[in-house]
Parts: sequence; C-alpha cells; structure tokens
Amino acid sequence: MAAATENKVLTPEMVKAITDLFPRYPNKRAVTLPAIHIVNDALRYVPMRAVVEIAQLLELKPAEVQDTLSFYGIFKQDAPHGQTRAWICRSVSCMLRGGYELLDHMCEKTGLHPGECTSDGKLTVEYAECLGACEYAPCMLANETLHTDVSIEKADKFLKDLGVTANAKH
Amino acid sequence: MAKFEPVLMAQMSKPECWTMKVYEQNGGYKALHKALKEMTPDSVTETVKQSGLRGRGGAGFPTGLKWTFLPKNHPGPIYMCINADESEPGTFNNRYLMELDPHQVIEGIIISCFATKATTAYIYLRYEYPLSWKRLQAALDECYAKGYLGKNILGTEFSLDIYLHKGAGAYICGEETGLIESLEGKRAWPRIKPPFPAIEGVFRKPTVVNNIETVACVTHIINRGVEWFKSIGIPADPNNPRDAGSYGPKLYCLSGHINKPGCYEAPLGITTRQLIDEYGGGIWKNRKAKAAIPGGISMGLITEKEFDVPLDFNALGKVGCLGLGTAAVVVMDETVSMVDFLHNSAQFFKHESCGQCTPCREGTAWAKTMLDRIKAGKGRLKDLDLLLEIGDTIGIIPGTTICGLSDGAAWPLKNAIRKFRSEFEDYVKQTNPLGYMETAPVNALPMLAH
Ligand SMILES: Cc1cc2nc3c(=O)[nH]c(=O)nc-3n(C[C@H](O)[C@H](O)[C@H](O)COP(=O)(O)O)c2cc1C
Ligand code: SF4
Ligand code: FES
Repeated sequence: MAAATENKVLTPEMVKAITDLFPRYPNKRAVTLPAIHIVNDALRYVPMRAVVEIAQLLELKPAEVQDTLSFYGIFKQDAPHGQTRAWICRSVSCMLRGGYELLDHMCEKTGLHPGECTSDGKLTVEYAECLGACEYAPCMLANETLHTDVSIEKADKFLKDLGVTANAKH
Repeated sequence: MAKFEPVLMAQMSKPECWTMKVYEQNGGYKALHKALKEMTPDSVTETVKQSGLRGRGGAGFPTGLKWTFLPKNHPGPIYMCINADESEPGTFNNRYLMELDPHQVIEGIIISCFATKATTAYIYLRYEYPLSWKRLQAALDECYAKGYLGKNILGTEFSLDIYLHKGAGAYICGEETGLIESLEGKRAWPRIKPPFPAIEGVFRKPTVVNNIETVACVTHIINRGVEWFKSIGIPADPNNPRDAGSYGPKLYCLSGHINKPGCYEAPLGITTRQLIDEYGGGIWKNRKAKAAIPGGISMGLITEKEFDVPLDFNALGKVGCLGLGTAAVVVMDETVSMVDFLHNSAQFFKHESCGQCTPCREGTAWAKTMLDRIKAGKGRLKDLDLLLEIGDTIGIIPGTTICGLSDGAAWPLKNAIRKFRSEFEDYVKQTNPLGYMETAPVNALPMLAH
C-alpha cells in the first residue's frame, strides 16, 4: 500500500478533506472547485498529476477537471506561487488613487512581471481586478491579509519585512 | 419624513459584533422565531412581496415575486444560492455584512429558505474575502450548535443546511447562472434563459439566487413589518407602470476621490451629491467633482451636473445609466481623464468576459485594443464611433449575448463617449495631430481574449 501512495500528489489528508465534502452536494462533480482549492492551499499550485487524482476521486475525466481549473485564472500548474502571493488591485477605485503606480513600483522593485515569483520562492506579485476593498484604495491582498491605503512607503516596508530584495528574480 | 434610522449597520460598531452572543443581545434571531413559530412559508413570502423588497445584487428584481416563480408543491429538493461573489468594481457592501454582522445574513437566509422550502443553501463567496469566510463559518458553526441550523429547527418540521462554497477570482461567477454552473463544478459559462433558475437551477432543481444584502433585508422586514420598510425610500412612480418602487434601506459604497470613502447606510433614493457631502466629507484635495460611477462600473457614468439624480432603481435610467446596480458610487475629480477611465473599464471587461458569446468576447477585446491605441496617442476620430458601435450592439438589451456582463461593458462606453465626446475628440486631435483623420489599418485582434 505504501508504494501505491508514495507517488501520489494528494496526501491522505487532502483526500480526506475532499471526500468529507461529498455529503454536501448531490453529486461529486460539484466538489471539483473545492478539491482544487484544497490542493492549491496545500501545494500553492495544482500540477497536472493532482488534476488526474482529483478526477479519479470525483469519478470524472481529467479533462473535465482541467477544463474547470483552467477557466479560472488563479491556479498555477507549472510551479508553486510564492509563499506570499500579493494581489494588487488595478480596478477603477484603486486606479484613481494610485493603484497603477503601486503595481508598477512593486514590479520594478522586485524585478518581477505580474504572475512571476522571486527566485527564493518568497513572493509572487499579481494584479487583481477589484478586491472589494475600494474604500481602502489603493489596496493589496497578500495571502489572507488586506493591506490598506498602500503608499509607496508602505509597499517598501512590506517588501522589506518579507525579506525580498531588489531584483530578486534571476 | 422621520429621521432615518440605520438597521443593516446598526450593530457594526459594537465589540465582537460578529458573534452570536452580541447578535442575540441586540434582538437577533427574533425574526427567525417569529417566522418559524407564527408564520407559514406562504405568509413570509407574501410579507416580503408586500414590502416591495427588490434584489440588491444588481438587477433589482422584486424578491417576493421571484420566490413565487418556484413550482408549487414541488417534491424537492429546492436550493437556495446566496450570491456573495461581490466583484463589481467599486462594490464592497456585502463584505461589511459578512465580516461585521454575519448572523444578520444567516438569519435572513434561514427565513428565506423557510419561505421557499429550500432545504440546502450554498453561499457562493468570492475567493478574495478570507475574513468573510472565517466569520461566516464561525457563525454557521454557532447556529448548528444552537439548533438554528440542521434538523428540525426550533422543534419544527423545517430542516436546513447551509454550506460555504469558495469562488476562484472570476467576476462572471456573480451572474446567477454562471454561479450555478461554477457551483456544479464546471466552467462558469452563464446559461441561456429560460429556463430560469426558479424552474431549473443548480443540479437541475428549482433554485433561488439572492444577494447577501437582500437576505439581510428579509430579517428586518420580518422583524419590523411591511409598513416600516415601505416608509423608507422612493415610492413607485404612478406614471411608470414598470417602476416597482425603491423601498427600504440601502448600503451605498462610496470610493474614489472622496475625503471619507466607506460603506454608508441610507434610504434608497439619496442623491450622489448628498452622499458626497453628508457622508463622504466632500471631494478630496479641495477639488471639484467631474463625474461618478453611480452603481458599479457596469452602470455607466453620470456627470457632475447629474449628481442630484436619486440613486434608486428608477431614476438613473432617465440620465442614460443602466440602473442602480450595486449602489457603488465611485467619484472622480476634475483631474481625471475620461480616456483613462474608459480604458480602465474596457480592461476590466475584456479580462472578465467569459468568452462564450462572440459579440461580447470580440467586442470587449476590440474596445480594449482601440482604447490602448487612443491612450497611446494613435487614436482616430473614427475610433470613437467604432467604440459606440460596440457599445450599442453588445448585450442582452440589444439581444446579442447570453448574459448581462456585456451590457455592463457597453454602458461605460456609451455614457463616457456620449457625455464627454469633446474631451475624447480633443484628446485624439492633440495626441495624434497628423493622423487623427486617417483610417489606418488596424492590427489583427489577438485570438485569445485574455
Ligand atoms: C456579470 C454579472 C455579474 C454579477 N455579479 C453579481 C454579484 O457579484 N453579486 C450579486 O449578488 N449579483 C450579481 N449579479 C446579479 C445576479 O445575476 C442576480 O441578479 C442576483 O444575484 C440576484 O439576487 P438579488 O435578486 O437578491 O439581487 C451579476 C450579474 C451579472 C450580469
Ligand atoms: S455576454 Fe459575455 S460574459 Fe456573458 S455569457 Fe456571453 S461572453 Fe460570457
Ligand atoms: S477597485 Fe480596488 S478594491 Fe475595488
């Protein structure tokens, strides 16, 4: 048995978390997005092998899971995103209060394009559409923490606290 | 008129206002007891119908009426989907309700399920609201422990489960049938209607989709009654048979170039100017206002001269806007370029179009491409008419697309260019003095919309 689970991407904990959700829905397919989230929360990406294993659990074709996964822009499949994933809002209220400048600054400071990760795996910078926190514009959601009224100084402090240095990408 | 007394936000400044303890100390779950013990599902539905409550999620459909569309004597199951995908740019009022008073929302959901005989409710919550998730989950746990959820609630025959379901960063999951498809585990491609969700919704069963703020209002309607609700807001216009009135309190989101951005509860029908002056502390930096988005970016644009139009379900149409939408008012000061505004709007809709309908997928992408070009100083006057042509032809109103996202993309185009035409023309002439009349060939549209 051990040999069979060794090559699996989904740990027994993940499998349990997924199957625990089955009673909530009248069919297993509805657990697709929750299952993808469970894997993504643990691994910070959802590799193709995980897609296949999710499909097995949900009695679906891998293509069906992949179809759903790829519709949403947020799941990475090649490599994990950084330990911190910082979403910077570029929608209207944030744009009006310096959101574009903030995004540019974060990218320049780190040498990253939106979607890229520092070489030490610490930080991924992303743009986001409205984060639903427009009263705090410009704002940034870093993992589960909402950063409000993010000035350039606050952004610099955020990077410093994370230990991300300038031009962190190779 | 009697002084307006906030109810939706009344508890939000109290310490630990998100807990069952504080909620019940302030009269929480009285409406639930009343509904389940003293009323029938039909009488709750009738009360909500009489109150004139209209959906707060954007479309403003009368809530009680929607519930009556469910098939009578259906053997079940009937589902309730609570729309907490809140992604319309400028909008954050659902977040206040979920983070600061989740029990008010849950009480409303339980009562709404009792009325519609739904036995399972899913709260479809956007991915970017981790605190809402935590507070809702904790509140649901408290409800199960207390017997407000689960089997035989308050000793009655009525049983209900409520589950949280997390979205994944796609605006289209807020469209009710996109939400349903997403919940079923598929890509969130909206469905052609009819059939409407009330007849065939999630898992092909009768389904009601309601917004977070809508169900929060239900709680107060049961508590305080129809008279109270109808005493707030703007009555139906007797000369307009299609106006169902704008009753009740509303959470307005105020952001942009304002001194005190925030979420404010006011009677429906307050004006933009009142919101800015009485709640928002005026325009920032002592500047003047130029324009505002009246209800989320999809609703279009009002000029400063239109700031006295009531923000209700009826009046905004008269100044060319799509409607009240999410009541998210985004204020722009005199320094804002309408080219920048419209470019930002086009960028949003191109990014969020689900790609299913060609007019929407191609129209939003072309609008962005043209605005990129205009912004970069390579615009032509002709582009303005092309943009208007897109605006006038995409959407469920002209009848070319499946869902309303493309109407939302169209309205900013139409309003911005028609209301600020000279500014766009001046920009094109100044930035492209030699070529603005030319109709140079346009680069081919990239096939991928994203
Ligand atoms: C593109 C699009 C996005 C939408 N997003 C939301 C949303 O985030 N939240 C919401 O409650 N309604 C949203 N709606 C409206 C829903 O389709 C639906 O009308 C609403 O959830 C019904 O609830 P209500 O009657 O309580 O307002 C959206 C509609 C469209 C066309
Ligand atoms: S109108 Fe746009 S968003 Fe709506 S279904 Fe069609 S392509 Fe998708
Ligand atoms: S526009 Fe940035 S959070 Fe809403």
